[in-house]
Amino acid sequence: MSTDNKPIVDPHTGTQTTGHVWDDIQELNTPLPRWWVWLFYATIVWSVGYWIVYPTWPLISSYTGGVFEWRSRNAIVEDLAALKARRGDNMAKLAAATPEQIIANPEMLAFARAVAKPVFAENCAPCHGAGGAGAKGYPNLNDDDWLWGGKLADIQQTILHGARSTDDKGHQGSMPAFGRDNMLKKEEIAAVADYARSLSGLPVEAGANLAAGQKLFADNCAACHGDDGKGNRELGAPNLTDKIWLYGSDKATIVEGITNGRGGVMPAWQERLDDVTVKALTVYVHTFGGGEK
Amino acid sequence: MAQNISSGKRITLGEGGTALVFAVFALFCLVVAANAHTAAYAFHAIIFSAAGVGAVFLIFSNYARRGDALPALTIGGKPNYNYGPVKFTAIAAMIWGVAGFLVGVIAALQLAFPVINFDLPWISFGRLRPLHTSAVIFAFGGNVLIATAFYVVQRTSRARLAGYLSPWFVVLGYNLFIVIAGTGYLLGITQSKEYAEPEWYADLWLTVVWVAFLLVYLATLMRRTEPHIYVANWFYLAFIITIAVLHLGNNAAIPVSVFSPKSYIVWSGVQDAMVQWWYGHNAVGFFLTAGFLGIMYYFVPKRADRPVYSYRLSIIHFWALIFLYIWAGPHHLHYTALPDWAQTLGMTFSVMLWMPSWGGMINGLMTLSGAWDKLRTDPVLRMMVVSIAFYGMSTFEGPMMSIKSVNALSHYTDWTIGHVHSGALGWVAFVSFGALYCVIPWVYNRKGLYSLKLVNWHFWIATLGIVLYITAMWVSGILQGLMWRAYTSLGFLEYSFIETVEAMHPFYVIRALGGVLFLLGSLIMAWNIYKTITATEAASPAGEAALAPAE
Repeated sequence: MSTDNKPIVDPHTGTQTTGHVWDDIQELNTPLPRWWVWLFYATIVWSVGYWIVYPTWPLISSYTGGVFEWRSRNAIVEDLAALKARRGDNMAKLAAATPEQIIANPEMLAFARAVAKPVFAENCAPCHGAGGAGAKGYPNLNDDDWLWGGKLADIQQTILHGARSTDDKGHQGSMPAFGRDNMLKKEEIAAVADYARSLSGLPVEAGANLAAGQKLFADNCAACHGDDGKGNRELGAPNLTDKIWLYGSDKATIVEGITNGRGGVMPAWQERLDDVTVKALTVYVHTFGGGEK
Repeated sequence: MAQNISSGKRITLGEGGTALVFAVFALFCLVVAANAHTAAYAFHAIIFSAAGVGAVFLIFSNYARRGDALPALTIGGKPNYNYGPVKFTAIAAMIWGVAGFLVGVIAALQLAFPVINFDLPWISFGRLRPLHTSAVIFAFGGNVLIATAFYVVQRTSRARLAGYLSPWFVVLGYNLFIVIAGTGYLLGITQSKEYAEPEWYADLWLTVVWVAFLLVYLATLMRRTEPHIYVANWFYLAFIITIAVLHLGNNAAIPVSVFSPKSYIVWSGVQDAMVQWWYGHNAVGFFLTAGFLGIMYYFVPKRADRPVYSYRLSIIHFWALIFLYIWAGPHHLHYTALPDWAQTLGMTFSVMLWMPSWGGMINGLMTLSGAWDKLRTDPVLRMMVVSIAFYGMSTFEGPMMSIKSVNALSHYTDWTIGHVHSGALGWVAFVSFGALYCVIPWVYNRKGLYSLKLVNWHFWIATLGIVLYITAMWVSGILQGLMWRAYTSLGFLEYSFIETVEAMHPFYVIRALGGVLFLLGSLIMAWNIYKTITATEAASPAGEAALAPAE
């Protein structure tokens, strides 16, 4: 064991070393910086003060509550109360009004839209898009083409109970798989697809047998889509004459739909959203531009 | 091996006993592999078994090559330092570091451009994220800590590392743990505890390795020929002991079966959360702070060739840090089901931690007094000094973020990620780079690094990367926090969650760019280290490195 070296004075700082040397490393015996010590004390004093006013030390079956009697549970209750106060009696008015009354009153309409905006963004936008413009298989909510109806009551019904959802009151009815289930042959499907395109004035392939297509349409499709192809909202059967296509207007997409059927699902939101919120959402969607009187 | 046995050469009890234990272990793992519930677990059992066979092979091949006697503790009155394990872990750190930074860059790009998940489960963000954190903290950081701990304890104790096989068991065993943990994440094996994702069998293995690490370290300290224990060793020891305690506490789990990778943690509910963050925060406190302060306390004075600024400060801030850090964990659980009193304690102890943390910064920076001019000429020293500055910055930011009203804004946002990275990239990685740049020429007996110019490039590119990273995350985090809490005048949320995600995109791109720069810097370093090691010019003809045993 080597012994301690003698402390020496470091020439640069004028401070003594401790006399310890490890692998040529020495240590200065500099006192603690005063500002460091005082700041350290200050944080301790502040902490002790905080302990006195806030809940801190665990006891056997409780804890020191602090002189402010602050509790996070009370804080959240207060926050929620403040939010409720900020919303004022608007929520009560909204609950009491019909969607028609809300739309008729600009002030209530603005409030209903404020309620619905974040709800739409969190719940509806993933399928229908941030602005409700829809996507393939997910209807555009801005236009006046409605699968299940565009009146306030229709929209409310659709939001509450969904379409082809698990809710008994939800819209049912879906497009059968005519090809897969051997109801129509391949060339028959092609003929019907050509005819369906012709309904909205889209050009059809040369040599298309529209007469055969029309006959097949009358036998197989008209029951839901109507003799004139204008659709049936009771069954969610789209209007085929309006050049608005949920999945696409090209022949291949139409053939795919007739072959395998279609049946997009909308969940029943009453399981997740309360009635007032759904009412606000109804008004919000209705005022996108396509709402019907 | 008969031809190798000379007159006085005998296999030691340690060699024979260890080989036997590993042979039995290898057989046992084969049985586990044969009965494993999942293919991934069988794969791990086979890795363990192969490692056991490998260990037996290494013990006997080393026995065949070694001299009659085990290496001497001293040669000509000077300690016969054992640098083999230091070299191994230093190189492992470099390799794991590059790999960990690369995975980080991929994960950052996945956040900016989700298509980069490629719909492959193995490389989805959820698996790459723990791979990244474990690779940089435990694989890179852990190997740097073991390398420097084994170097520093020998040099400051003026004694050879204790044990003959045990230091090798520590370094190889630790890296085996890394392989098991990392492949486990990719295969979907996790116990879902942040920074403690490996399952029970990996945890058990690490426990054995860690105890061996502690024993080697303690035995070396007890063997010291210096009257006092140097401050760096206090920090290393605090790191080793506390990590052992944290690891055991947080990973207390009951396996479904010895043949299954799945286990259930014994803690439940909010107690589990509290234990997890007691562990998680002290992994920061004792792994990423105390251990790396140990590095700072040796390498900064050594490189600057100046005495440590204040012995008294080192004592006070060491004990204050150790005492206060262990309480700070609850600040990770502000505004949760954790009782209010625990949140208060976590917050106030975090605030009191500010000055003890800064004690390390003061001691590191002020050690430079009288040597500030060296920052102009020595980019390695500059890297370490900048690391101390980042340490100071993040140990101010941490206590500030632990204050509940600040935390209400910062919690769950990217600000936390920015804070972690100013500590991880700025402090931990930079001080590690500095230490590796120092220790590799020393243990390989080289005159110096291959190129200081490349170190300079590394320094500037990586610094730019860090600045881009943390500023992007500050802006992103605060923006995110403000958007989440924004209410309209009518009392409804202003933004939906997806709008806040959309707003983050530019910052995620900037963050990824920062990560790319940091990775680029580490590649320059790896090249520099490679050229340094393979250089033929030795610092001295019969340097100490030549006396290290063949590894």
